[in-house]
Amino acid sequence: MQLTDLTMLELAAKLAAGAVSSEEATRACLERIRQVDPKVRAFLRVDEEGALVAARASDARRKAGNPASPLDGVPVGLKDIFLTEGVETTAGSRILEGFVPPYDATVVRLLKEAGLPLVGKLNMDEFAMGSSNESSAYSLTHNPWDLTRTPGGSSGGSSAAVAAREVFGALGTDTGGSIRQPAALTNTVGLKPTYGRVSRFGIIAFASSLDQPGPMTRTVGDTAALLQLIARHDPQDATSAAVETPDYSADLEGGVRGLRLGVPREYFIEGMDPEVEASVREALREYERLGATLVDVSLPHTKYALATYYLIAPAEASSNLARYDGIRYGQRAKDARGLKELYAQTRERGFGPEVKRRIMLGTYALSAGYYDAYYLRAQKVRTLIREDFTKVFKDVDAVLSPTSPVPAFKLGEKVDDPLSMYLMDVFTLPCNLAGLPGLSVPCGFTKAGLPVGLQVLGRPFDEARLLRIARAYEREHDFFLRPAPLRG
Amino acid sequence: MALTLEQVRHVATLARLALTPEEEQRFSTQLSAVLDAVAQLQSLDVEAVEPTSHATLAESLLREDVTRPSLPPEKSLANAPAKSGTSFAVPKIIE
Amino acid sequence: MPVSDFQPVIGLEVHAQLLTQSKIFCGCSTAFGAEPNRNTCPVCLGMPGVLPVLNQRVVEFAVRTGLALECTVKKTSVWSRKNYFYPDLPKGYQITQYDQPICEHGRLVIDTPQGEKVIRVRRIHMEEDAGKNVHDASGGQSLVDLNRAGVPLLEIVSEPDLRDADEAVEYLKAMRDVLVYLGVNDGNLEEGSFRCDANVSVMPKGSSTYGQRCELKNLNSFRFLKQAIEYEISRQVDVIESGGKVDQETRLWDVNKGVTRSMRSKEEAHDYRYFPEPDLPPLHVSDAAIDAAAKALPELPRAKLTRFTSQYGLPAYDARILTAERPLADFFEACAAHYADAKKLSNWFLGELMRLLKEEGTPLSALRFTPAQLAELLGAVDKGTVSANAGKDVLGEMFRTGKAPADIIAEKGLAQVSDTGAIEAVVDDILAKNAGEVEKYRAGKKQVFGFFVGQVMRAMKGKGNPTLVNDLLKKKLGD
Ligand SMILES: [Mg+2]
Ligand SMILES: [Zn+2]
Repeated sequence: MQLTDLTMLELAAKLAAGAVSSEEATRACLERIRQVDPKVRAFLRVDEEGALVAARASDARRKAGNPASPLDGVPVGLKDIFLTEGVETTAGSRILEGFVPPYDATVVRLLKEAGLPLVGKLNMDEFAMGSSNESSAYSLTHNPWDLTRTPGGSSGGSSAAVAAREVFGALGTDTGGSIRQPAALTNTVGLKPTYGRVSRFGIIAFASSLDQPGPMTRTVGDTAALLQLIARHDPQDATSAAVETPDYSADLEGGVRGLRLGVPREYFIEGMDPEVEASVREALREYERLGATLVDVSLPHTKYALATYYLIAPAEASSNLARYDGIRYGQRAKDARGLKELYAQTRERGFGPEVKRRIMLGTYALSAGYYDAYYLRAQKVRTLIREDFTKVFKDVDAVLSPTSPVPAFKLGEKVDDPLSMYLMDVFTLPCNLAGLPGLSVPCGFTKAGLPVGLQVLGRPFDEARLLRIARAYEREHDFFLRPAPLRG
Repeated sequence: MALTLEQVRHVATLARLALTPEEEQRFSTQLSAVLDAVAQLQSLDVEAVEPTSHATLAESLLREDVTRPSLPPEKSLANAPAKSGTSFAVPKIIE
Repeated sequence: MPVSDFQPVIGLEVHAQLLTQSKIFCGCSTAFGAEPNRNTCPVCLGMPGVLPVLNQRVVEFAVRTGLALECTVKKTSVWSRKNYFYPDLPKGYQITQYDQPICEHGRLVIDTPQGEKVIRVRRIHMEEDAGKNVHDASGGQSLVDLNRAGVPLLEIVSEPDLRDADEAVEYLKAMRDVLVYLGVNDGNLEEGSFRCDANVSVMPKGSSTYGQRCELKNLNSFRFLKQAIEYEISRQVDVIESGGKVDQETRLWDVNKGVTRSMRSKEEAHDYRYFPEPDLPPLHVSDAAIDAAAKALPELPRAKLTRFTSQYGLPAYDARILTAERPLADFFEACAAHYADAKKLSNWFLGELMRLLKEEGTPLSALRFTPAQLAELLGAVDKGTVSANAGKDVLGEMFRTGKAPADIIAEKGLAQVSDTGAIEAVVDDILAKNAGEVEKYRAGKKQVFGFFVGQVMRAMKGKGNPTLVNDLLKKKLGD
């Protein structure tokens, strides 16, 4: 057994016992990255020196009996959407090539304060726009379970790195499923917290009313522990909620006996992969065996969620991405004559096709004469989608569904078909529209050995219960112990 | 709903994107397909529905009117593709 | 039709920079005149990942202004993004308020030759200022300074209720007085912390349909506002007279040529794509906060002016000057509490005090003497302890040194001589020395009287009580 096979909590226990040092753990990660990342290509940048400095500082704290947090010394990775002071941050885009932020994102600061060595920056779809990591301007990340397939997206570098055991955990962001879908495709756990639970300050914005960062780890317990460090009110984020942070691990083993779990009929649709459906149905039966009551529920506006999302998210993105103009930072078109060309050429060359497509769509949806028909209407349907959940959560404690309608697909398979790519998020994005917490937990494999994820959705700020529900299943199934084969 | 080439060009101007002719063609086709797909929203009666523009439950967060240290200009300008003194430089703006 | 057959219709948009310490969405200083980009941080530079957090003072100022202008203050207002590309706009959008501003439906009363007139205020909203683009004379480039980016502004939009350039000037002056009184703005047009755009159109007299309007910019003085509007009215009339039609456009006031000219470069592709700012939740203002602001509202310039005429019996002319600025009015009232003759006090204010303030360039806040001391000085003049002329010198000394008037009078020996015996002695002496002149006077040449007065005063080094000098001279000369 290698050091990198440990979960975060297992490593933390060894660190606490003095059985292993953070420097050893960090070096183990760096060595693992050297071995497997040429195949997986999860990392855009490895900050070996920064990680080792942090690890040694952590070891000194441990030695002094003064750890900064329960996870002090546990090395993790960051999606390249989190600003890191002094370390290049690109959001997977050419337009930000060479950009070295002058400040840390709030969650990055929190992780540093908690003593976690930050090993490096992980690949992602450009500006988090994609479901396969293929829109990254820099490299193609491969799924450790089948290297010919996608690790999901947009936090695909994070999911791949965790699945390939290059880091013990990672942070991703989720705008329409970008934590949960890649988690489902890589046999990892991913949690999108309630909108406002975790600060967005210092995270490169895609769609501001939907974005939310969250943990990606191998186990539910690790996710709870990592969430514990970042879930707090931030006075630098006006949308961050001033609510107490519960102890996410306290009730983790509480089980599901007596819980009412909703199964929305709209989430079992034609066209979904039969093996995915079979795995999820089996998981539902497991919950019944564990003492939960399954309740058939309806979220009638689910079929409008995709359209709603693909108006709101691009509209916000078109505005959020206006700042990339080649004036204050990032790449500038060198030969542009005049200001107009400077803007248009910089942005034309700096953005990839998916980003341009969404900027175009969002600009159109907000433009004079179309605002009411597209953007405003989408905002109203968003209300209906939220109300669906509010109603259902009066009756049930959580909602269960597949995370992704299909397992990991082949790289290149959907690149030129945006609509079918957008369909990958059909089960995950309603939760973002409603601002709710959602989690994906491994629930088996297809015959070809591709992971399948089960999605658990809950009431606002009910992350602790989601974790407990996921943990109840995980305790019965040790999928997380299986190493990814790194073949394809 | 089909997006004409002319509309594509207008939107690209608003978005400051110097699209190539091929991109104009491709986006016209692809965006038309997306707009067709989102047209289903038109069938819903949302007359009496309030729009949701914020998913946050946060109340208006206000900060006190106190100054905090700014960045030193060399840090503010560290990533600038072109600068002059402590200013960002751009091609001459013609009014 | 001549110009006189047309009715101009004018509305003003005022942008007032709020007197906060820090910017609207970040902690950078709002101080004027720093080195370029010295007052910037990731937030106001529009760096990736940054988020705005609203300065509560901005809301307080907006509510205060709304109440002063008799607006409805909305309990919920919404932030929007106004999207456009320009180098001085770092995020590519301005955070402003659009369809749900914080205040609506107010009014401001102005004076016109026909009497008072109510100008309706359509709306007041909060927004962030842009930075500054400067043309670099040495090279073919422009330079961007973002120190001003994120400085809080109030935008106050009037209804098109103004009917000529003079009314527009009156409105702008009255608005400035109110904002300065409220302590929310410094009223400085030249430095651009108080700015105004004018929407001008013309229609045939008697018509009820407004003509096509043009927006005039770069109006950074009252004089330019008047000139630009007057120019624009005649330009639009000319266009219509010659069979053309007025285009809706933005026009720049050219100070040197005295004309307005089209800003074509700013016109293209205007589509701001406003939408609710997702990074800022809707703003809620509580009833309690509105009530508290209403209670704390100071007396406004117009009310103060009326009260100064009634309470102190001052002429409107005096009252207007005394109430033009709140500190001056406050100081006047503080002095009036120690001194009963308000008109006499006003004369000293309008004369000596304002001259000194202007000459020395001293703000009222830096005055070195107290209201009680000024009252003491005026009392001394009334009692004849010092002459009115010497009193002016005393005031000057008080102004420069802050010494008590009694001390100055004593130190400089300025006390007036009102001792009849002492004056009589001098009078006798002068008359004795000038027997020839006395003869002339008695023969009917009354003009010589002034000569005697001058001689006596000179002999007494100006300190003789003039009334007594006069009286005694007349008595001795046998009048
Ligand atoms: Mg404005
Ligand atoms: Zn700032």
